[in-house]
Amino acid sequence: MKLGFSAAEEEFRRECADWLNGQMAGEFKDIKGITTLTEKAERRKEWEQQLAAHKWSCIGWPEAWGGRNATLAQQVIFAEEYARAGVPGRVNHIGVELAGPTLLAFGTDEQKKRFLPGIAAGQTIFCQGFSEPGAGSDLASVRTKARLEGDEWVVNGQKIWTSLAHISDWIFVVSRSEEGSKGPKGLTFLMMEIDQPGIEIRPIKQINGDAEFNETFFTDAKCPADSLIGAVGEGWKIAMGLLAFERGVSTLGQQMGFRNELDDIIAAAKATGAAKDPLIRQRIAKAEIGLQLMRYGAMRMLSNTDHSKIDGAALTYKIQWASWRRGLGELAMDIIGQAGEVAEGDAYEWSMLPNLFLYSRSDTIYGGTNQIQRNLIAERGLGMPREPRGDV
Amino acid sequence: MEFVFTEEQQMIGETAKGFFVENATSKRTRSAMASDGIDRDLWTGFCQELGLAGVTVPEVYGGAGLGQVEFALLAEAAGAQVAALPMVGLAMASQAILAGGTDAQKAAWLPELVSGSVIAACAGSADVSVQGDSLTGTFEFVPHGASAALFVLGNDAGAWIVERSTTGVEVTAHVTMDQTRPLATVTLQNAHGDKLADGAAAMRAAREAGWICVAAEALGGAQEALDRTVAYAKERVQFGRAIGSFQAYKHRLADMMIEIEQARSAVYWAACAADEQSSDLPLALHAAKSFAADTYAKCAGDMIQLHGGIGFTWEHDAHLFFKRARAIQSMLGNGNWHREQVASMILGEAA
Repeated sequence: MKLGFSAAEEEFRRECADWLNGQMAGEFKDIKGITTLTEKAERRKEWEQQLAAHKWSCIGWPEAWGGRNATLAQQVIFAEEYARAGVPGRVNHIGVELAGPTLLAFGTDEQKKRFLPGIAAGQTIFCQGFSEPGAGSDLASVRTKARLEGDEWVVNGQKIWTSLAHISDWIFVVSRSEEGSKGPKGLTFLMMEIDQPGIEIRPIKQINGDAEFNETFFTDAKCPADSLIGAVGEGWKIAMGLLAFERGVSTLGQQMGFRNELDDIIAAAKATGAAKDPLIRQRIAKAEIGLQLMRYGAMRMLSNTDHSKIDGAALTYKIQWASWRRGLGELAMDIIGQAGEVAEGDAYEWSMLPNLFLYSRSDTIYGGTNQIQRNLIAERGLGMPREPRGDV
Repeated sequence: MEFVFTEEQQMIGETAKGFFVENATSKRTRSAMASDGIDRDLWTGFCQELGLAGVTVPEVYGGAGLGQVEFALLAEAAGAQVAALPMVGLAMASQAILAGGTDAQKAAWLPELVSGSVIAACAGSADVSVQGDSLTGTFEFVPHGASAALFVLGNDAGAWIVERSTTGVEVTAHVTMDQTRPLATVTLQNAHGDKLADGAAAMRAAREAGWICVAAEALGGAQEALDRTVAYAKERVQFGRAIGSFQAYKHRLADMMIEIEQARSAVYWAACAADEQSSDLPLALHAAKSFAADTYAKCAGDMIQLHGGIGFTWEHDAHLFFKRARAIQSMLGNGNWHREQVASMILGEAA
């Protein structure tokens, strides 16, 4: 067991920090510190390409596909320095962290050649078509249909909560390819180009006024027959494999974003005098401890190579961070008080802390609600009986 | 950076777990609870057959020369069975002597502590007056104080080794809620103390070792409370189904696991930070002590609740966990105190 970084790793940290800080002070100064996923989308696509030009777009990937084959420690370091430098979140997070690893694990050579270079270059932005109006927590009950007609898949149905679909080029879609099938059987995983007449995207306005999510409608949308990952009917297996990548190194970058939020709260507590209130001090200390434990939990999860047993740190990670962040939003409002209820300008737009308060209500819902997480933990982690399925 | 146990560490953990599961049985622990809260055979077995009491002590003094991560694995395994052992006294006294003692003091006492032939207790008090080598004062709530032959006692002015047999040492045993770790009051009246060369270093090392010890015990206890409750949830049937199939029940189990996984990160972060002497050690220690203790208290409390009436009986072991958890919360600085230390680090001193 070892927590420290080697001299070579510290040197790599300096290299990352120097380059990222240089970019945020120079050519990409205008995007520094943006906290929402939608602001200045075009510039942030350019930023994806800038990362790629300097081989920073997907450092964990194999070198043959544009990555650096970076070690776990290097990926940790890059993610930490990325957020520390105030660089905004990756608009191609889904391509780099989900679609790419899924293709590397399950794609054919031809598919890898078709998609990976574009993702690595920051040219191909991906979004995820999983949830549907009738398939939220019960993801396996998707109804979007795919049928093979000649050399094309024809897709009809609707996806929802498709984050960033409006700026994406491709979408991966879990669809029902076997007529009359139920649950996880009979699903197929397709890669579809968004810019076509059969796909329509409508933004969903959220409680914070932003519109990061969308509804995506498929009306005889098409993709070539060889657009499926895995075999026909294997869609659930691929989707579950993909979701496992979601708990990867990117969680550490996400945590550095949380660090920035907590630092803002600490600064606000000092400025308002709340830092002298013993109750606030306890809550800030708890938040600090929670964030540290998240970091070390992620380190445990990432260091673990024994996948024969259930990894408790990984299984509990989602509900842990989501609940922590929701609490952080509440703490922020308790500290800034009514000033947090007044927008800075004329628009319904919020600075970091009020936005955190509103946005964090989604954290305990998307990617599996806290209630679903508790079911998973009790069933998979502790061997409790599974929830019965109804037949409505 | 590799936050997983080495093969050797895994082996130590598994050996210790097997040893305590087999030997620290409810029956034996209850028999120790009826006397002075130490299972002597278990102690001898731990120190001599297992030979792990000196895991953090250098080999030259009879130890294994390993670190706090290895010690935490032992304390976790002992804590999981609420073993009636003077573990925290061993941890604190040996680390105090190691960090602040002269070579002669180390040579005189460390082999005795490691072999288990001398039971030690460690405590601090502001109420001590010192004249030369002569100490007068009172030390309260000393864990296993009534069983100890050796005390490491300290205050701001220094730290001393005081033998129980010395003239002027009086020990009062107390009936204690957690009977596996009875508390005592140690009163010194012009008692001779052997001053440690660096008292501040000794007391700092004692505190750190004590925090890691009880935090690791708490982790083990919390996990065991969950495991035993999970077993009960599978076997107990009401309304025609295993009670673990009720969502209200299984969500509480999940909540226990969520806290335990964080406590595990906290304990091994602190132990590892101690071994590496990293700059975030103080933060890690305060996090580990406060978080693991609270996790244990929650899990032991839930263990009683989720067992229903049987969990409230003397016969069932749930109260052993519950009482140990409460004792750990209160000892060596309570949760609010540890969190206030964290707050001071990031916000500055309170007004």
